[in-house]
Amino acid sequence: MNPSGRGIATGRIWSRLVQIAFLAAVLVLWSLATTVWGVSRILLPNPVNVWHQLIDVVSSGAFIPDLRVTLGELAAAFAISMSLGVSLGYLISRSRYLIRVFEPLLAAIYSIPIILFLPLYVLLLGLGPDSKIALGATISFFPIVLSTIAGFGYVDRTLVTAARSMGASNLQMFRHVLVPAALPVVLAGLRMGFTVALLSVIASETIASFAGLGHHIVDLAENMDTARMFAYIVFVIAIVAFLNAVVSTLEGRARWR
Amino acid sequence: MAVARTDAPRLAVPAAAGLRDRLLRHPGIARLGVVILLFIGWEIAARFFLDRDFISPPSIVLMSLGDLFGTPGVPSALWLTLYEIAIAFVLSVIIGAAVGLAVGLNRFAHQSFMPIVLLLYGIPQITILPIFVLVFGIGAASKIAFGVSHGMFPIMIAVAAGVQKIEQVLFVSARSMGASRWQLLRYVIFPHAIPSFFTGMRLGMSGVLLGVLLAELYVSTAGIGYFTSIFTENFDPTKLIGLVSMLAVIAIALNEIVRRAELHYARWRD
Repeated sequence: MNPSGRGIATGRIWSRLVQIAFLAAVLVLWSLATTVWGVSRILLPNPVNVWHQLIDVVSSGAFIPDLRVTLGELAAAFAISMSLGVSLGYLISRSRYLIRVFEPLLAAIYSIPIILFLPLYVLLLGLGPDSKIALGATISFFPIVLSTIAGFGYVDRTLVTAARSMGASNLQMFRHVLVPAALPVVLAGLRMGFTVALLSVIASETIASFAGLGHHIVDLAENMDTARMFAYIVFVIAIVAFLNAVVSTLEGRARWR
Repeated sequence: MAVARTDAPRLAVPAAAGLRDRLLRHPGIARLGVVILLFIGWEIAARFFLDRDFISPPSIVLMSLGDLFGTPGVPSALWLTLYEIAIAFVLSVIIGAAVGLAVGLNRFAHQSFMPIVLLLYGIPQITILPIFVLVFGIGAASKIAFGVSHGMFPIMIAVAAGVQKIEQVLFVSARSMGASRWQLLRYVIFPHAIPSFFTGMRLGMSGVLLGVLLAELYVSTAGIGYFTSIFTENFDPTKLIGLVSMLAVIAIALNEIVRRAELHYARWRD
């Protein structure tokens, strides 16, 4: 509420301090809970222990097979949903009528928690990577197709008319009017699709599978190896954050061009 | 001349083109047609081309719903899931609205805690699902807790954003008219926060559904997850599809209720 610039600046420093204090308090409470209050090691491992395990997880390289499985499933799922989503979305976007028929339908299906399909996919495709790929592709198809429709279907009419009246061919229209106008929306959809594909692959590994990052966490949980499980969770969260950051950067680059 | 040319075919519409014309004017009918075609395709594929151990045609799924509800434990598992969703939703709304108001009303609190809320919201929560089950057990508690952890953040963020958008003029004029703190909350903040509150509830409901269903599917020794794994192991696609469809119906109905509520209150604002 302080209107002066200096007040806002000091406010910012204070809120940084509050954030640091908050994180420190969480860590202190965590270690107090494990050392002094005697919370069971199985429920809450000691933070120092978790840190050692995390170093071990990263340095031993034992995560590589699981990471490879997860990334393979993710790549296949995203390749399917990207090619289907963008091409179907583009075809639908070419007609106002098709947009009005399909867009509400796709949006309605997207609002169902599609994770419900997982048991059906497991029955159809087994516990291996195929069911994870199918689920990841299904879930990520929707944001991609919907944003492709939104991107190509709602290009400013005056742009299209202007290009036509200047005698643009269909190809020129596509290359110089439609794609530049639609690209930011489509790229945002692809980024979202990538994120949900990654999360649903990990989710389906967690629920039913033999391999992958999600499955490894469950394995550690079932063996009550909680310290290593915490470490592995931190590791997986870091990988997810890293992949999302890479995709966001790629999106930003592509948008600039 | 050009006008006459575009008008001519419309005048000459023969009776046979009536259906086409109607479809063109009402995309909803065509949409329904697409859904029916999809179901017919599924029916034909399942009846004649695919292995019945792995997939069932929709007609048989529908006819066997009675069987499904006759399976001991299935109705109570469905009820329990509905109960978990309800409790998780109520808790998410309470926690989300309280934290959202607290963080949204105070600039300093917003600056300090909003980044933490966003950071927590950004964590891929599926990775910590095993911790929830470890701590809260395989019963309803872990599912409710996981639903709340998915549902509360969108509500917090929407409510905080909605409260922040309230114009300062309103606060100043209410205060200059001598409004107390409570009156400010009751007559300025609440009415203006309602649309974003309902937006938050819609997003929160999809979060709660996702969280509860993830946890239900993950725990394979009780509840829905027990039956999905049993039906899968027994190659009983009829019951599996039936059960999944029932859950989808629950999800669609709940989503629709909060979506309608949001639409209603968004209109009320203007």
